[in-house]
Amino acid sequence: MSHDHDHDHHDHHHDNELDPMAARVRALETILTEKGLIDPAAIDVIVDTYETKVGPRNGAKVVARAWSDPGFAGWLKQDATAAIASLGFTGRQGEHMQAVFNSDDTHNLVVCTLCSCYPWSVLGLPPVWYKAPPYRSRAVIDPRGVLAEFGVTLPTTKKIRVWDSTAELRYLVVPERPAGTEGWSEEKLAALVTRDSMIGTGLALEPEAA
Amino acid sequence: MNGPHDLGGQMGLGPVAPEKDEPVFHADWEKRALGLTLCAGAMGAWNIDESRHARENRHPVDYLSSTYYELWIKGLERLLRRHGFVSERDLAAGRALDGAPEPKRVLKAAEVPAVLSRGGPSDRPVGTPARFKAGDRIVTRNFSPAGHTRLPRYARGRHGVVEAVREGFVFPDTNAHGKGENPQWVYTVVFDGREIWGDDADPTLSVSIDAWESYLEPA
Repeated sequence: MSHDHDHDHHDHHHDNELDPMAARVRALETILTEKGLIDPAAIDVIVDTYETKVGPRNGAKVVARAWSDPGFAGWLKQDATAAIASLGFTGRQGEHMQAVFNSDDTHNLVVCTLCSCYPWSVLGLPPVWYKAPPYRSRAVIDPRGVLAEFGVTLPTTKKIRVWDSTAELRYLVVPERPAGTEGWSEEKLAALVTRDSMIGTGLALEPEAA
Repeated sequence: MNGPHDLGGQMGLGPVAPEKDEPVFHADWEKRALGLTLCAGAMGAWNIDESRHARENRHPVDYLSSTYYELWIKGLERLLRRHGFVSERDLAAGRALDGAPEPKRVLKAAEVPAVLSRGGPSDRPVGTPARFKAGDRIVTRNFSPAGHTRLPRYARGRHGVVEAVREGFVFPDTNAHGKGENPQWVYTVVFDGREIWGDDADPTLSVSIDAWESYLEPA
């Protein structure tokens, strides 16, 4: 699903016109506000939450803690919802969490083939590609082809486990800890944990990239 | 339903095209679309399963040519009309002309942080013990319901293994249609890639789904 990034460029020539979706959404907000069904200020708070507060840095802290603390990693494996809540990350689209751990022999990849289920509480809102038909169609049948488009090539012998989020469980991939990071602080480790590495479409960054 | 949303294994949809340094939103209207959807959902007139079905139950050309926030808005308009909050006249005029029922609640800005951090858990007690246990061999049912279901087509009539017994969860197939939560046990069920895609499948691939108990039979 492509987005037309030229909108802004076109719009400044005729500021009073909105593109059709912008007009449609504005009309809906006007109707609901006039009927007293919504508080437009609540929308502002929701948007601010997912633009500035809830995002993949949450998940990176969870992963860095798991790398640093075997007790936490064990808890995360047994009861991810509680372990993640202990770091302060709870709520919408993270009510029922599962953490899946990459290892020497298995790489995990998360998808929602039926819609866009995604662990908002630790990763924020999903990227466009995660919600779009190419990823949703191909992750379950051609994961290596998908990974190649993210620049990831796995050994041919490595097992690939694809988790299709068909119910209300939300999956967080714990990538393998890069070599050469012994003794690093959790904060420094978290900087190696990309969003894509927690979906399974990426790997944690190597220390020299940090 | 065997709808356009059920995309696992379809071909010809093109490359994934990840966007470098992707912004959280690509247009201001997407922000409002997200907020409107959450605020309208908070009125309590429908549940997440009805909401998902309102998005997926579209002509395939419309579904596949809409961005995800467009699908959200199209779904939201459908839900608002169905439950009487918005009329065709309202939408045509772009302002409120007709009345609306009293919602169960109106989400106020001050309540948003607490509501988002609480979420909406969908686990429920189930009155019967789990029928399956980890390690059990199962076969998924083969069916084609006209309504909502969370058993993807690629995983119907397939042999797999129960990897984990999860919890009791609201059953979407009835909950989406106002027929009750009817909670069931949910299991993580894993299939060999070749069982799903045939002998040419990547031999290192396995795929799991989370399946409600009534999707499964012993094998």
